[in-house]
Amino acid sequence: MEYETVIGLEVHVHLKTKTKAFCGCSTEFGNEANSQVCPVCLGFPGSLPVLNKVALDYAIKVALALNCTVQEYTKFDRKNYFYPDLPKNYQISQYDLPLSKDGFLDIYSGEQNKRIGIRRVHLEEDAGKLIHKEDVSLVDFNRTGIPLLEIVSQPDINSPQEAYEYLTTLKSILEYLEVSDCDMEKGSLRCDANVSIRKKGQVELGTKTELKNMNSFKAAKDALAFEIERQTELLGGGGSIIQETRLWNVKELKTYAMRTKEEAMDYRYFPEPDLPPFIINPEKITEIQKTIPELPREKMLRFVRDYGLSEQDAKILVFSKRDAGYSEECLEAYPQKFKKPIANWLIGPLLQEANSRNCNIADLKVPIQALVELINFVERDAISNLAAKTVLQEMIDTGKPASNIIAEKNLAQISDANILNTQAEEVIKENPKSVQDYRSGKGNALMFLVGQVMKKTQGKANPKVVQEILKKLLKN
Amino acid sequence: MAITKETVKYVANLARIELKPQELEKMSGQLKDILGFIDKLGKVDIKNISPTSHILPINNVLRNDHPQESLSADKALENAPHREGNFFVVPKVIE
Amino acid sequence: MDKAELNKLTAHVLLESLNKQEIKPEDILSALSKRIKEVDSKVKSYIRMDKFGELKNTRTQEQANSILKRIPVSIKDNICTEGYNTECCSRILEGFKPPYDATVIKKLKQAGSLILDIKTNMDEFAFGSSTENSFFGPTHNPWNLDCVPGGSSGGSAAAVAADEAIAALGSDTGGSIRQPASFCGVVGLKPTYGRVSRYGLIAFASSLDQIGPLTKDVRDNAILMNAIAGYDPKDSTSVDLAVPDYTACLGRDIKGIKIAIPQEYFIEGLEDEVKSIVEEAVHKLKELGAGSEQVSLPHTEYAVPVYYIIATAEASSNLARFDGVQYGFRAKSQEPRANNLIEMYKQTRGEGFGDEAKRRIILGTFALSHGYYDAYYLCALKVRTLIKQDFDRVFKEFNCIVTPTSPTPAFKIGEKIEDPLKMYLSDIYTISANLAGIPAISVPCGFTKKGMPVGLQILAKPFNEELLFQVAYAYEQSTPWHKMKPKI
Repeated sequence: MEYETVIGLEVHVHLKTKTKAFCGCSTEFGNEANSQVCPVCLGFPGSLPVLNKVALDYAIKVALALNCTVQEYTKFDRKNYFYPDLPKNYQISQYDLPLSKDGFLDIYSGEQNKRIGIRRVHLEEDAGKLIHKEDVSLVDFNRTGIPLLEIVSQPDINSPQEAYEYLTTLKSILEYLEVSDCDMEKGSLRCDANVSIRKKGQVELGTKTELKNMNSFKAAKDALAFEIERQTELLGGGGSIIQETRLWNVKELKTYAMRTKEEAMDYRYFPEPDLPPFIINPEKITEIQKTIPELPREKMLRFVRDYGLSEQDAKILVFSKRDAGYSEECLEAYPQKFKKPIANWLIGPLLQEANSRNCNIADLKVPIQALVELINFVERDAISNLAAKTVLQEMIDTGKPASNIIAEKNLAQISDANILNTQAEEVIKENPKSVQDYRSGKGNALMFLVGQVMKKTQGKANPKVVQEILKKLLKN
Repeated sequence: MAITKETVKYVANLARIELKPQELEKMSGQLKDILGFIDKLGKVDIKNISPTSHILPINNVLRNDHPQESLSADKALENAPHREGNFFVVPKVIE
Repeated sequence: MDKAELNKLTAHVLLESLNKQEIKPEDILSALSKRIKEVDSKVKSYIRMDKFGELKNTRTQEQANSILKRIPVSIKDNICTEGYNTECCSRILEGFKPPYDATVIKKLKQAGSLILDIKTNMDEFAFGSSTENSFFGPTHNPWNLDCVPGGSSGGSAAAVAADEAIAALGSDTGGSIRQPASFCGVVGLKPTYGRVSRYGLIAFASSLDQIGPLTKDVRDNAILMNAIAGYDPKDSTSVDLAVPDYTACLGRDIKGIKIAIPQEYFIEGLEDEVKSIVEEAVHKLKELGAGSEQVSLPHTEYAVPVYYIIATAEASSNLARFDGVQYGFRAKSQEPRANNLIEMYKQTRGEGFGDEAKRRIILGTFALSHGYYDAYYLCALKVRTLIKQDFDRVFKEFNCIVTPTSPTPAFKIGEKIEDPLKMYLSDIYTISANLAGIPAISVPCGFTKKGMPVGLQILAKPFNEELLFQVAYAYEQSTPWHKMKPKI
């Protein structure tokens, strides 16, 4: 029985405003409990909300970047339920007239592009944090009231990998817009999923389960993979799926049903009487549209077009906005028309260095001209590729230019035929067996001999030249 | 419309209010009368009438993203029935 | 001037004396303290009086041209006063001391007022028309201690009537300022929705609530409005319109003012005595030069049901925060039941709320619940539109509308409390103004044979409080009612 997977993702993102959605408390992360609160976000009797202008602007910005239709008339609603992290026991959210809807996001699925529909993007306020102890729970309201954007996809995602792609693409876009830190560890980006399976070709959706507690993109991918397998096995064995909420357990790598029996929640939505509605006119939309920079996908396609890079390479370079900026400057500065060499350096050694230092390529602060210069050294055989990597590390650590480092560490590549000839002759003399092996047809022996010359020259010999010299010498 | 005791019990639970049996009995009767009276609204012709959720013709009330002073944790927790350090304390949320 | 009787005077008279330095603020406080000690055990306008000693002359943030220089103002128990208990006369908010002042309190302080630290009695969470739903027991009408003072601002109205207060603030969601004003023979104004900030008013129904003054005469009411009205950036529903000097219109004649008399307010249910007293008042207005005509507000009969859906729905949500977590009463867990959160919520709210509060919360929750939202809440919102349109139509032709404030004078304590529906129907004349968001004032217009006050209600279009004051003042100054006091 062949099944296909249907996934919908719901992402909640903290907007990076200075103050909360409905009051002037700071949104900074990590401060002492209940130190960033006021009567409004605490829901004290008599308090009233007033919407943060920047939160609304950011929300419109994201909606436009996700190709949504921003609604001209939008309002807030109360979502009523009781929970200790919700001080008013209702959340100010949006129900039937959300800020925007009907957008899309393009991702890679395999080698192709796939369009994932976005049902809606709306604004709401976040709840507080609960710390569970043995008999009691502790409540910290610092996070209460932080503006949240809820981004709901259509159930167009058909695999855990696509879900992962969707999440990383979304994060990339949000970073470009500079509206959120998108840090899952700090809780500024949260993701829930709805997943179901159905027989291939079937039109109606299968029973879905809701997955929560996925604390990283990888966890989301793993959780979805597990859940799909669980559902497949269950259906295959003749069972049926119960519509429920399941939590991902990252230690045991399993999903578990939540223990409380969830009655269908009746949120009793009604229009928020404390907030008059909002009218978003075309001028406002145009104004905000202007603040949207070139987004990752456009930039990626432009890199392909203007610099001849492959889509795959370009995609890596544009993922982070700052890196994309840095990369583009490098690509521009590189004098050749064929840009692959510098692209390879960015995607290869620089990305490696950045990852090992847990930062972005741009954070390495390698001056662009210095990088171009380094590559130039390699291209004219002044140093070997291997040596260049060492030089790069030094450049990052000390900030010294390549030429200094090459001189100090004596890394200049030896291409002088005379010097190398001498070394080669010595190596031939010292390794008769290998010589014999080569002469009797074993190609590897040549590489061994090249290696020996490299050793003799502390790695500085130009391996290509060495190889040619050895071949010549061994011919007779 | 008739409102049954079961409905009242269900709604009281939604509203997180515990009603004693006599209360439930009495309240069901009173609510039945009140709803009976309210039902006269069914006679009004509301076709093509838009609802009024906000009586004032104002829109787009916004404030600037400027930080304001927050309460100190002590002030925030001053009225708390149960407090531990700078946290509010509630009975365990059983999950 | 007898210093011992300063409590009997109006704010504007006292201001004159203060300005002439004939008296000191302490003198006023002293007279008030004496009066409160004398009668409050009978009237019970104020609550939490067990530690009452003397009224304190607290420092205020007075500005140079303060209009309420050291005039004490009494505050209803649902308006937040920093550091002083504000409990909405409910057990569930026992001990709550807000860490902030309501905007109106800030404004009163800026105007130089002294805010009393004893609050006036009210129906719990403003749910009621008699002040019998207070956790602290009812207030008694100073004109007849067996009668209710009206509600929910009964404490404020009674205190002003009994000269236990110079002036007071109340709140009005369906008539809670006007009806007690009428029952107690004082002046009460419900401003236009959005005219006075709601920040710091513990919400009952967010789209209907307004804070307003209860005073001994119209001039005092205008002075207080000068102090408390105005835009507040903390309240998204407050309107950014300049506040006129409401005293400037006092004394203008009302020749040519067109008054509408809605026929739907003069039907069965209106007591005969009240009807004839109000008709006499209309006659007086005509003598003063106004014209009157009968009109129709055809959706009047639907106002009460619409109100009891919208108000209770909003209240059910506004009162969800009272759960024992952050402030107020928290029920002690009862073994052997597990000590868990949901039980705490249910017990706290079951024990902390009074009967009327529970009734309204359940009714409101029902009206919003799945399957009933369209038939109840949405339907009510639509009929609200029709009610508003009725008023819009009349105000195109008329300057104001005049009605009785209440179908009856003050009823006896205990008379309606067992019948919620009967109690709700006593709001029939006041409720529409809240639904339409328009301003309305109640002024004393006579007494029944049994000596109980009757109130005349005047309504105007949004933000036209000036006209209300103009007409009310003209009427008041040509009648003796505002000078009469209960014999308590």
